[in-house]
Order: sequence, then structure tokens, then C-alpha cells
Amino acid sequence: MSINATLIGQMITFALLVWFTMKYIWPPLFDSLEERRKKIAEGLAAAEKGQQEMQLAEKKAKSVLKEAKEQSSEIVNMAQKRANEIVEESKENAKKESDRLILAAQSQIQQQIQQAKENLRQEVAALALKAAEQILGAEIDYAKHQDIISKVSNQLG
Amino acid sequence: MATEAHAAEGATGYIIHHLTTFSVGEGFWTLHIDTLFFSVVLGGLFIWFFKTAAEKATAGVPGLVQSFAEMLIEFVDTQVKDTFHGHSKLIAPLALTIFCWIFLWNFMDLFPVDILPLIGSLMGIEYLRVVPSTDLNATFAMSISVFCLIIFYSIKIKGAWGFTKELTLQPFGVWLLPFNLLLKLVEEFAKPISLALRLFGNLYAGELIFILIALLPWYIQPFLSFPWAIFHILIITLQAFIFMVLTIVYLSMAHEDH
Repeated sequence: MSINATLIGQMITFALLVWFTMKYIWPPLFDSLEERRKKIAEGLAAAEKGQQEMQLAEKKAKSVLKEAKEQSSEIVNMAQKRANEIVEESKENAKKESDRLILAAQSQIQQQIQQAKENLRQEVAALALKAAEQILGAEIDYAKHQDIISKVSNQLG
Repeated sequence: MATEAHAAEGATGYIIHHLTTFSVGEGFWTLHIDTLFFSVVLGGLFIWFFKTAAEKATAGVPGLVQSFAEMLIEFVDTQVKDTFHGHSKLIAPLALTIFCWIFLWNFMDLFPVDILPLIGSLMGIEYLRVVPSTDLNATFAMSISVFCLIIFYSIKIKGAWGFTKELTLQPFGVWLLPFNLLLKLVEEFAKPISLALRLFGNLYAGELIFILIALLPWYIQPFLSFPWAIFHILIITLQAFIFMVLTIVYLSMAHEDH
């Protein structure tokens, strides 16, 4: 149980072991550990990011959907309004058209009445002329008695 | 067991035989071949295992060897990071080497006390002590190496003057300089001595108890050596751990500038 040269041998061995560990063992193992730790951390971060992105996308989709719904309801409303308007417009148009038609018919009727009256007057005038001719027994010169005839026919009108 | 072979010399002879080293040389220049041989072999085992792991180390899915090596690396790294707050490339590998090497030394204690000496005797080696940590030379070699590192880092970090000041001016100031110096020197030298003697004492006592158990009748031996061996698994790990942690602590103390 004495201290002797074994001590020196052991110290040299120890120094060699420490040197070797320091140079060839610790760095690669530790680096691989660190690298894996980094990888895992990155993976976790990426997963979290993905989840966040998904949530964001979901939110966005929801808002887009909502917007679309609003838009579509607006469009439907507008269409309904437009349809109503068209119906109203066509109703009005129809009314106008019918009014116009009625007016036209009325004026036509008036015209026809006028025409008939004119015809009648002319006929009556002719008849009256014939009758007067016969009564007078003489020829009435149409050109000479123009005044009288028109006066009579005017009275007839 | 070889108890019968030593019956002529009695129990004392048996114990002494087991605690005698296989040595060559005279006086100081004696070499304990068994201590050197086993510690080199165990150191080689340690290097071989970790080198295998380091060569195949990937950041991907680790193999079984790499996982185990990484477990030890992480364990040591945690200890170092908990205690040592500076930046050093040496301390963590040093701590790993200390832990593994001492653990392997101590592990030799768990071999049956007679089996390796028996093999040795078949090879013509009369005395063989297989546990390097029961040799003061081995434990002191390690603790003195650590002590040298403590001194080296103390001077490197604090400067020769700073280290001298720390030795002479604390804790009582300049007026009690000799007393301070004495106190500090005792404190510094207590570090390697306590490190070496703690490890040596624990393992020497443990080995001695194994030898004593081996002296008992064979039908009693298992009931004693089995629980003692189980308990010893704790001790050998604990001793390796203590040596490592204290080394880290001492070195971090050397790095701290007051």
C-alpha cells in the first residue's frame, strides 16, 4: 500500500483518455445530440406554425364564406327588387299602351264618325241638290250655286 | 472457491493474499502491473464503446449503442451545465472520462473475488488485485491530475497575481496573511486528498467485505454477498458520480473570479 511509479503510469493513462475523449468522442456525439435537438425543435415549431396557419386559413375561409353569403343575399335582394321594378314597369307600360290604344281607337272612331258624317253630308247635299233640281225643274249649276250648297251642307254638319 | 488453498495460512493470509498487488520493481519505481493492466484495459473498453458510438453518430434515429452513449453524454452534460457556468471544451469530456473510467474500475469489484486471481494463478501470476480503485496510486493519479487542472485553470483565469491574492488575502484580509495562506493551502490540498481517499476507502472497504464474506461457509455466502453486491451497484455508481461532480465543482470554483 505504497505510493509508487504506478501513480505516474496511471496519470499518463488518464491524460491520454481525457485527451482522446475530448478530441474524438465528445464532439461528434454531442453535436449529433444538438443537431437532433434542433431538428426536433424545428419540427415542433413547424407543426405549431402549420396549426396556426390552418387556424388562420379556417378563419379566412369562414370570413370569405360569410362575405359570399352576404353578397349572395344582397344579389337576391337586388334581383327581387329589380324584378318588382320590372313588373311595375311592365304594368305601367301595359297601362300606358292600353291607354294609348284606347286613345287611338277613340280617335279612329272619331275619325270614322267624322268620315261618315262627311260622307253623309255629301250624300245629303247631293240628295238635296237632286231634290231641289227636281223641285225646280231646272238644272242647277254646281259652280253657280256653290255658295248655297256649301251653306246647306255646313248646316247639315 | 480458493479458501481451501489458503487454509494453511489462515484467514489473515487469505485476505493479505487478495490485497497484495502484482508488482515489479523496487522502492518508488515499483509498478503495479495489475492496476495498470486493468485500468488500461477498462479505459480501452470505454474508448472503444464511445468511439463506436461516435463514429456512427447521426442526428437521425439513433441506434442502441448511440442511445446509451448519448444518455451518458446528456447526463454528464446536465451535471456540468448545472454547476459550471463558464465555457470550457475540457470539463465535460473530462467529467465523462472520470465517470466512466471510475465506474468501470469499481465494476471490477462485482466480479467474484476469487475468479480473476484464479485465472491469474493458472497463468502463473501469484498475486492479482483486480479493482484499480482499491489502489491508492490509481485514485491519487486521478485526483492529482484534477488538482493540476485546478491550479492550471486558477492561474489561467485569475492570473498568477490574482491567484496569489486569492491564496493570501482571503478570508481574513491582508493583516492575517500567513494564516490566510495556511488556511487556503490546506483547503486546496484537501481537495485531491479527499477525492482520492474517499474513492479508495469506499472501494477498499467494499472489496474487503467481499473477501470476508468469501471466508464464510459456502451456504452462508450467497445470503451475504448477494445483498452486498446489490448494494455495491449503488456504491460504485455513486462513487463515480461523486468524483465526477466534485471535479466539476472544483474546476468551476477555479474558474470563478472573486
